[in-house]
Amino acid sequence: MSYFFETLVSGLFAGVMYSLVAIGFVLIYKASGVFNFAQGAMLLFAALTFVTLIEKGMPFALAFIVTSLVMVAMAILIEWLVLRPLRNRDPLTLFMATLGLSYVIEGFAQLLMGMDVHMLDLGIPDVAVQVGGIYVSQFDIIASLIALTLVATLAIAFNKTRMGISLRAVAADTLAAQSIGIRLPVIWRIVWSVAGIVALVAGLVWGSRQGVQYSLSLVTLKALPVLIIGGFSSIPGAIAGGLLVGATEALADIYVGPLVNGSVSAWFAYILAVGFLLVRPAGLFGDREIERV
Amino acid sequence: MQESAPSKPFRQPAFGVGTVAVVGGLIAAFAVPALADDYWLSSIIIPTVIMGLAGIGLNLLMGYTGLVSIGSAAFMSIGAFSTYNLLLRAPFLPLPVVLIFAGLIAAIAGVIFGLPSLRIKGFYLGASTLGAQFLFEWLFTNFSWFSNDSQSLTISAPRLQILDYDLQSATGRYYLVIATTVLLIALAFAIVKSRVGREWMAIRDMDVAASVIGIRVARRKLLSFGISSFFLGIAGALWAYGYLGTADAHAFNLDKSFQILFIVIIGGVATIFGNFLGAAFIVLTPILLDRLSLIIDLSFLGDQGALANLQHIIFGTIIIVLLIKEPDGLSSLGRRGVEALRSRARSSN
Repeated sequence: MSYFFETLVSGLFAGVMYSLVAIGFVLIYKASGVFNFAQGAMLLFAALTFVTLIEKGMPFALAFIVTSLVMVAMAILIEWLVLRPLRNRDPLTLFMATLGLSYVIEGFAQLLMGMDVHMLDLGIPDVAVQVGGIYVSQFDIIASLIALTLVATLAIAFNKTRMGISLRAVAADTLAAQSIGIRLPVIWRIVWSVAGIVALVAGLVWGSRQGVQYSLSLVTLKALPVLIIGGFSSIPGAIAGGLLVGATEALADIYVGPLVNGSVSAWFAYILAVGFLLVRPAGLFGDREIERV
Repeated sequence: MQESAPSKPFRQPAFGVGTVAVVGGLIAAFAVPALADDYWLSSIIIPTVIMGLAGIGLNLLMGYTGLVSIGSAAFMSIGAFSTYNLLLRAPFLPLPVVLIFAGLIAAIAGVIFGLPSLRIKGFYLGASTLGAQFLFEWLFTNFSWFSNDSQSLTISAPRLQILDYDLQSATGRYYLVIATTVLLIALAFAIVKSRVGREWMAIRDMDVAASVIGIRVARRKLLSFGISSFFLGIAGALWAYGYLGTADAHAFNLDKSFQILFIVIIGGVATIFGNFLGAAFIVLTPILLDRLSLIIDLSFLGDQGALANLQHIIFGTIIIVLLIKEPDGLSSLGRRGVEALRSRARSSN
């Protein structure tokens, strides 16, 4: 039985890591209605930049600040070169543009900083500690704390600051928000910047787990089922979806995998998501759309 | 109900001109092997035609019915693996029958994976079609029965012949591909012009209103998934045998699905011939970038990997620029070109 719980708990921690990626999507989707496929590429770019700076001998804090600034610069460029020319176009076009964007960002990341695998040591020991009778990785616990801090910070920023309120106004009704003088391009720049910094945090956590390399950008695909289940526009949904996907995926891999001769983690989350949608079409916390003729 | 959406017209040329164009096009298509060498046939023309056909498959679903799918390659792989198994396990069936059956098997899978479309919309649907993408890639790599227990998990055509004609040569494969494609283009036009096609467009433009005027939306959506997957399945079979020769499940990965999406968006939503422009773009751009890097010395960039990254950057940039500059796809560019030529001809008269 303790094996079951250990699998469950490690799955839940993996789920937190998924949520961390999913939150970046949610931010952008809420504020600009763009389904940003390039989030994974941004994650790779951020982690690579950070690792390169560290390897050049820059101290941790400074590297973090410099990389954040690079992500802000990237957000401004994206808003100027891609979003602004494409505004008022249908969501599918915007999605395709972010696909193109992901090629560009990945290309630049690897052209500038090489294609080697970089080890990233955040100074957190990956040792098992015993909590309530089961073994849990210390790294997982600290990663979860980082995620929780990030979510709490975002929640406070959205609910308490003037900027956050404007952002929620844009998410609720773009046209009305514009008519009371909220400037959309500014909002976009800020949201993409925040998403860039979230990508940096997620990139650091994921990168220290599996090395900073191209495959980091593929975590996008892990975040998608989380989003489907949680709803594209809800941060609590991204957390709940992440936990649900992480836990069930880990359990399915252990208990269903052997029955079908192999790991099921490649697709299990998606089938779970589809099944879930058939019951709750808007996801756990998504906005239910009301149709009028 | 309107004939077609005002935003996405597909204008049929006048009857006489149209007939001439079709006959001319057919003659040109069948004369191609006389003009092109084997390299052009095998590496450029055949993949372009097949990807254009796949684009039609997705466009029927996305452009005409308004349902998003990012799992198109999964249905191509079903077509490819079905063809392989049918040829292998039912050797008495002739190739054309096998292709139709393979398309039908893909269509059944399409209907099943289209079921979520009855309840969910937009990107939720798109993301859930990824379920098909990953499930089938996994299925065909994890269960070696599908590839007849071959060690490499690849499938290669046991035979490629119709009656006694051997179709293994580049020309033979081209004729197989072009004949199938021409028939399916005709079928696509017939469907789009029929009542079914008009009902699809009504669903695309406003599905609630469509159901109010008595269109059975659920059935039409599933039919759209089925027909779309039928086209994709046959395109997949052609891709495996007409183009690659041997294939495995990874030949139909997520990148392929994205390529088909690009073909539809770049070629033009809700057009038939636009898909071939989009396909030409997808097939030719990497080849052109390759050639270009041979002409321009890029060794200062470093190794081969750097070159691949540069190509990624250029490809991504071209896509973004095209999306910004050509909102209605390349097919509208072509249409504008024709109109400009016509008006010039008229003014000079």
